[in-house]
Amino acid sequence: LPGGKSPVPGAIAIDKPTDYKDATSYNNFYEFGTDKSDPAENATKFQTRPWTVEIEGAVKKPGRYAFEDLLKLAPQEERIYRLRCVEGWSMVIPWVGYSLSALVNKVEPTGNAKFVEFVTLADPKQMPYVKSHVLDWPYTEGLRMDEAMHPLALLAFGMYGEVLPNQNGAPVRLVVPWKYGFKSAKSLVKIRFVEKMPPTAWNKAAANEYGFYSNVNPNVDHPRWSQATERRIGEGGGLFAKRRKTEMFNGYEPQVGQLYAGMDLKKNY
Amino acid sequence: MATPAPRGRRVPWLHPAAKPVLFVAALLPFAWLLYGAIANQIGPNPQEYIIRATGDWTLRFLCLTLAVTPVRTVLHQPALARFRRMLGLFTYFYVCVHLMSYAWFDQGLEFDAIAKDIAKRPFILVGFAAFLLLTPLAATSVNRAIRALGAARWQALHRLVYVIAGLGILHFFWMRAGKNNFAEVFVYAGILAVLLGWRVWHRFGGPRVVREPAARRA
Repeated sequence: LPGGKSPVPGAIAIDKPTDYKDATSYNNFYEFGTDKSDPAENATKFQTRPWTVEIEGAVKKPGRYAFEDLLKLAPQEERIYRLRCVEGWSMVIPWVGYSLSALVNKVEPTGNAKFVEFVTLADPKQMPYVKSHVLDWPYTEGLRMDEAMHPLALLAFGMYGEVLPNQNGAPVRLVVPWKYGFKSAKSLVKIRFVEKMPPTAWNKAAANEYGFYSNVNPNVDHPRWSQATERRIGEGGGLFAKRRKTEMFNGYEPQVGQLYAGMDLKKNY
Repeated sequence: MATPAPRGRRVPWLHPAAKPVLFVAALLPFAWLLYGAIANQIGPNPQEYIIRATGDWTLRFLCLTLAVTPVRTVLHQPALARFRRMLGLFTYFYVCVHLMSYAWFDQGLEFDAIAKDIAKRPFILVGFAAFLLLTPLAATSVNRAIRALGAARWQALHRLVYVIAGLGILHFFWMRAGKNNFAEVFVYAGILAVLLGWRVWHRFGGPRVVREPAARRA
């Protein structure tokens, strides 16, 4: 899946991309298992065609959108984003996709659309851990409307120049680089435009640990660990390499900082 | 075989090689981690892998250590007691590697950062407390210490292991909390509960204890 050069400011991180092997074998995708190696092992037979994404709620053009139509909705761009997991590790991934705002504009949200809810596939026949009680399935996520409209919020169809591997959220996923990785919902089946802040999977599981915003923030620790530093996966330096300092909004503060002007980010974690 | 076991019983754990074999076997997980780290065989996040694996092995050796007494009693194999000290010391060995990996990989050996982390995160505090409590047990494992303390006081001190086991499980539980991923925690907690429950039962009102001296004398 080729992607053209992106004109969006901040779209091309100068960091060295993570090895493809690491990016496709160290994954959090709990529908396929809770160990990092589970998704790559358990998603090999995951059927991603035919695939549709349902658009619901406060929009003028609701309906089922075929994957093939979504793919062609806007020009595919390559975006090299830093990915910071809430667990304290990070990668750099060359995604292929286009700004989520292109889809949002296409479906014409009404004035009642204040938030966007993302619903992901929960198919117990294909996803062995959907039967487990780790989370309340289906996995859902959400963004405020202005966050969803930010050009860096990406609807991704590919990575490393090819279509998304199953374990990375095929066939279409969200990537929000200034938020912790779990905000970037995988294998999307439904996008709902709503008036009230939607419930999100991790927030329902542990509200004191995972807030709705979940912006990368080195100054607000997770209750069980510090968020000040991160381990960059595959970075040289061997076993005793130092962790890197985590940056505000994962280094995207110049682009997204104004979205949160005046907000207490300690309270709105 | 060069040396027949006493009283003609040929049980493998009385063989002179039994202890060295156990010693080598107990080092295998450590050797695997060392090899895996050097040969790049333990995944994209080797630091995390080592920290978690050494924590797992600490719990496993703790279970093995605490299993010695019930197993030797139930199977009438008192000689198994000879392995208990080594297993206990390996528990301490793995917890030391676990702590060192955390301090080095996660905290860059910055001691003020570690102190802050212990104060801040209950699960780290509990794990660290378990390590501290295990230290005097490891230190008093030599025969001389047992003689110096006297058997009663030594035994009382070593009952701390039940507190340590509880703290270890709590440490693991809190580490997995928030992800609701408790299956493994419950396995270890279950094993330890059985091993502890057996002791309680054996000591207070277990029928076998009362009957044995009269009825079961061979």
